[in-house]
Formats: sequence, structure tokens, C-alpha cells
Amino acid sequence: MTARKSERLLNLLITLLVARTYVSKERIRSVIEAYAEAGDDAFEKMFERDKEELRSLGIPIEVGHVDRAFGDEPGYRVERSAFELPDIDLDPQEAAVIGLAARVWQHAGLAHATSDALVKLKAAGISVDRAALDIVQPQLTAEEPAFEPLWDATRTRTPVRFGYRSTTSADIATRHLQPWGVVSFRGRWYVVGHDTDRGRPRVFRLSRVHGDVLADGPAGAFEVPPGTDLRAVTQALAPAPADRSADVLVRVGAAHGLRRHAHPAPPQGDGGPAVPEGWERLAVGYGSGEALADEVLGYGADVVVLAPQDVRASVVRRLREAVTSRRETVPAGPADGVRR
Amino acid sequence: MSGAREQVARLLALVPYIQARREVSLEQAAADFGVGPAQIVKDLNVLWFCGLPGLGMGDLIDVDMDALEGEGVIRVSNAEYLARPLRLDSSEASALIVALRALREGADDDVRPIVDRTLGKLEAAAGDGAALAARVEIRLPRQQRRVAELRERLARAVEERRQVRLDYYVPTRDESTERVVDPVRVVTADGHTYLDAWCHLAEDQRLFRLDRVSSATVLDVPVQQHTGLRPRDLADGIFSPSPDDLLATLRLAPSARWVAEYYPVEETEEADGGALTVRLRVGDPAWLVRLMLRLGASADLADPPQLAERVRSVAGQALENYPG
Repeated sequence: MTARKSERLLNLLITLLVARTYVSKERIRSVIEAYAEAGDDAFEKMFERDKEELRSLGIPIEVGHVDRAFGDEPGYRVERSAFELPDIDLDPQEAAVIGLAARVWQHAGLAHATSDALVKLKAAGISVDRAALDIVQPQLTAEEPAFEPLWDATRTRTPVRFGYRSTTSADIATRHLQPWGVVSFRGRWYVVGHDTDRGRPRVFRLSRVHGDVLADGPAGAFEVPPGTDLRAVTQALAPAPADRSADVLVRVGAAHGLRRHAHPAPPQGDGGPAVPEGWERLAVGYGSGEALADEVLGYGADVVVLAPQDVRASVVRRLREAVTSRRETVPAGPADGVRR
Repeated sequence: MSGAREQVARLLALVPYIQARREVSLEQAAADFGVGPAQIVKDLNVLWFCGLPGLGMGDLIDVDMDALEGEGVIRVSNAEYLARPLRLDSSEASALIVALRALREGADDDVRPIVDRTLGKLEAAAGDGAALAARVEIRLPRQQRRVAELRERLARAVEERRQVRLDYYVPTRDESTERVVDPVRVVTADGHTYLDAWCHLAEDQRLFRLDRVSSATVLDVPVQQHTGLRPRDLADGIFSPSPDDLLATLRLAPSARWVAEYYPVEETEEADGGALTVRLRVGDPAWLVRLMLRLGASADLADPPQLAERVRSVAGQALENYPG
């Protein structure tokens, strides 16, 4: 069965590809054996399905008029220039790059897409020898179940809706989005688009998408605004660059994590406070004061912030809260709920 | 009948593939197409019945069956109209272009121009199909390049069954330790790459996150045999809390709900005002104290009470560092 159908599909394609002009349905029926043998209804059904199947492979079947003199009879053709992969001339090193790139995706769907692409390039005469190039291979993963539907929706410009859990609430709200693009940042995937509920652009994290991503309109239903800059969106996801430096005391032999982005403080001139016995003075690069305070708090009594003053004040305030506020306020049991 | 669809897709590449090379061994074709030789033979049998429409037998595609059966060599003629493969569709083009961009980030100065040239040629050939790629932005983790290099080195050690000396930072205990491990495999999960290995320091199987490896030296010593050692099942994530671990109960204010996403919690329960009560297994009490100090007023440690007391006492000691 498969072989008979493959044969029919391929013959239909060849018929449309070699024709100089649009081919009428009648002509198609007369030259392809399987169609000629079928009854009228069976032929119509088969022909419709076959066209769709070829289109799903990416074959551009055009519809036009066979001959204006004969009225509206539609005909079909495949324009060779739209069908064929244009010439692509790769030297052995460039071909090796393609071969290596085909191994980057660790996601089943996209790994499949890249190996299909590789097969087509080989069919265009390119020989791939990965060993022609010595290069470190990165890996791209996408474990979030929402990744593939959102990748496809972005590709086809299809509006979507999905359940989304925010960071600060348990509720799962249905969101409506025109997806403009997908962004990978630090191993996590995000989708960027126009949030039609709120009427403005928004970024959603894929791991917070709950349940299925559903189409919320036809493909091609929206345009991505010209000048949309995904790179700028990605910048916004990044923490502030660590371009400031804090002055801290660290107990000798402690806070190894902090030391990974610190270096010895420059020697102090007159008036600098003396470094106590058993402590070291370090300069720690940071971007956000609150994030630095978070980190310092985790080291308990092993790190002291000397400067800047705002980070020092934040650490002191939060330590006071930790010491005083909770002894009285921790409820006796779950039935009491949570204060605040 | 997706079988026919796949077969047609393969044939549309197979016919130009053979013509571009004049002749190809069956084995080579099977390898290049990622299918078995028997499938390629089935595909060629379909071709036998395909050709120009409505004409005689002379216009069918000719597959040299004698060469195929005799020498295992594929030759195809009378198929000039299928000399080029089908265009890349937008999914293929985009996936490949995005992969090339990732490769570019990991490349050094010698290789980057080659990747750039390749990208240019591919984008030109893909035409509209490349449009999606413009809407995918990849920022690899800062350490990606170092991690990728490490991954390749460790994968070789796995293959060659050689021991590795690691300098590894353990954030939960805030310490860097040197240890010798017997590598089992390199594995990616939750966006990070890990070395799954038997650790001689812990005398147990452990996962080592590569971005926390400060240095790795592959030793000239073969790995040892360990009974019951097999690749860890990562289906449920990378954490495998032990039932011996301490069970802690935390009450998280809305601003601390992220804790439930980052750590493997056993139970969650909604509370008033968007708060969340979670129970989680804690291997190392010191880690929990550190977490609670960070969370400050946005979380309460309801249980065990002695650890809550410990958090208060550490906070008190820390506060003494700030006189006045």
C-alpha cells in the first residue's frame, strides 16, 4: 500500500513539475494510472488528499487557469524555482560546520528537522566530514513541553492561548498571545509576543506554561512589528551587569561561593579600618544590591558588608527581621495559615 | 499513511543525491539517510514505477537493478528533472541556522569566520525559510564554552574508561573539594550538563554539575568496577532525595514561591493570601539554614523548630558583626 501511494504521489509531483503550464485535473487523471482506474468520487478524494500531502512536505503547488479561453477550469503546477534548493557551494570546512550544527539540538523535534536539512544538503552534492574541523560543540536543549508548540506557532504566526502560572500566585490564568519569537537564556526558554489580554508585549517563561498550548486563530493571523528586537528583550532578562564593587570582610576559609567572583581588596591607605584577625578583605563585583544582600545573608556570620552603605543597611535590616520578628509570629499549626 | 509521506520525502532527496554522485554504495546511502539498506531498496523499487506522465516505459526512471543486486551499488538514470533536492522548509532552515549560531558562540577566533561564511550561504539558500531564525534568540550561559570543552574531555574519559580528578565546588556546603571519580556518562538535564560518576571521596555515585567543576584532569588510571553502578535514571529530574533526609516545612510568602519551583518539594499546600506551605527533603541542614537566611522575612521555617532556632541564632551572630 505504502509503495503504491508513494508511487502515485511522486508521479503527481513529476507531472506538475515538468509541465510548462498549469495542468488540468482531467489531464492529471488521464496520465496517472491510479487516478485513471478510480471512480469519480474516489479520484476527487484521492487527488485532494494527495495535494495536501505534497504541500505538507513543503512542495509549493500553485493553482491557476489552464487556458482563459476555456473559462474557469483550474489547473495545477509546481514552479521549479520555488521547488528546488538553490545552489549552495560549501567548502569542506563549511560542510563540516553544517555537519556539526546538525548535532547541536538535543530536542527530538528539532534534531529531526536538522537531520532532514542535512539530508537535503547531501542531496545537493555536499559531502560532510565532521572531522575536517576541530571545534567545541555546544548543545541546545529544550525540555519544556510547551517549546515545540510555541516554536511552531512562532514559525507560522499563529495566535495561541495557554494556562500560565505566575511566580507569586497559585492561580493558573489563561493567557492569549501573538508569539513573536522564542528566546533561550541561561538554559531556560521564554516566548516573547503581544499579550492580547493586557495589550502590550510580554515575556513568558515556558516552564510556567501549564497544560497544552492551543491555537487561538489561523496561521498568519498577525504580523511581527517591524523593528522588534529580541536581543533587547534578552538583555532585559539578564541580571544587571556586575559593574559595581562591594567592600566585604570574609572569614578565612569560608564563603567559597562568594570568593568565586571576588578578589583581594586593594591595599588600604590611611584611615581604612584594620582587618581583624581571622578575616580577609575582598572586593566583590555585583550588579544588583539586593541580589548581593541575598548572597551575603546566606553566609550568615562569615561575611560582613563594609560598603556600599545601602547593601550594608539592607543586610542589617533583614538580619534584624530574622532574629526578632518570627519567634512570636510563627503560627502553631497549619490551621492557622500564614501571617501577612 | 505517513509511511508514504516519509518515503516520498526520502526519495526526493535520494534521487538527486545519487545523481550528484553518479553512483553510491547501498551502505553509504543507508548511512547518509539514517535508515537501513532494506528501506533504501524498497524506496528504489517505488522509483521503478515513476517517471514522465502519460508516455511509454522508456520515460520511467531507470534504476540499475543488476548493479544494485550484484555489487550493492546504486545508479539511477532518466531522472534529470529531479536533479536538485527540495528547498529547506522553515522548520529545517531555522533549526539549522539557530544551531549554527550556537556553534558560533562556542567557536574560537579561527573557526568563527568559517561559521559566519556557512551561515551566510545557508541563509541565502534558505530564503524565506530563514525568517523564523531571525525570531529566535539564543544566549548561551556565560560558561557554556568552558562547559562544552569540559564535556568533550569528560566524554572521552568515559569512553576510554579512565579516572578523572575533579576540583568541585559544592554550593550547599560552600566548599571546594578535590576528588577522584570513575566517570559513568555525561548527561544533560534541566538545562545543565552533569558528569554521572562514582566518587571515591563520597564512596557513592554522584552527579557533578560541569559549571561547578573548577578543574578536571583525566588520569592514566583505569576506572574501577563497582557493583550496582549504572547510569542514573534522570526521568524524575536530577535530585534524588533520600528518605533518610530531614523533612522540613516552610511557609512561603508570595515573593518566595519560587522556592517550590527550584527545589524538589514533596508536598505543597496553598495558604491564605497567596502563601504556600511546602515540605521538602533536606540532605544537609546547613543548606537549609543558608536558604532561610537568604529568604529572610519572606519565609518561615515551621518545622523542625530546632533548625528555626538555629537560623535565628546565626542571624543573631551575624548581626553582632554590625555594631551600632
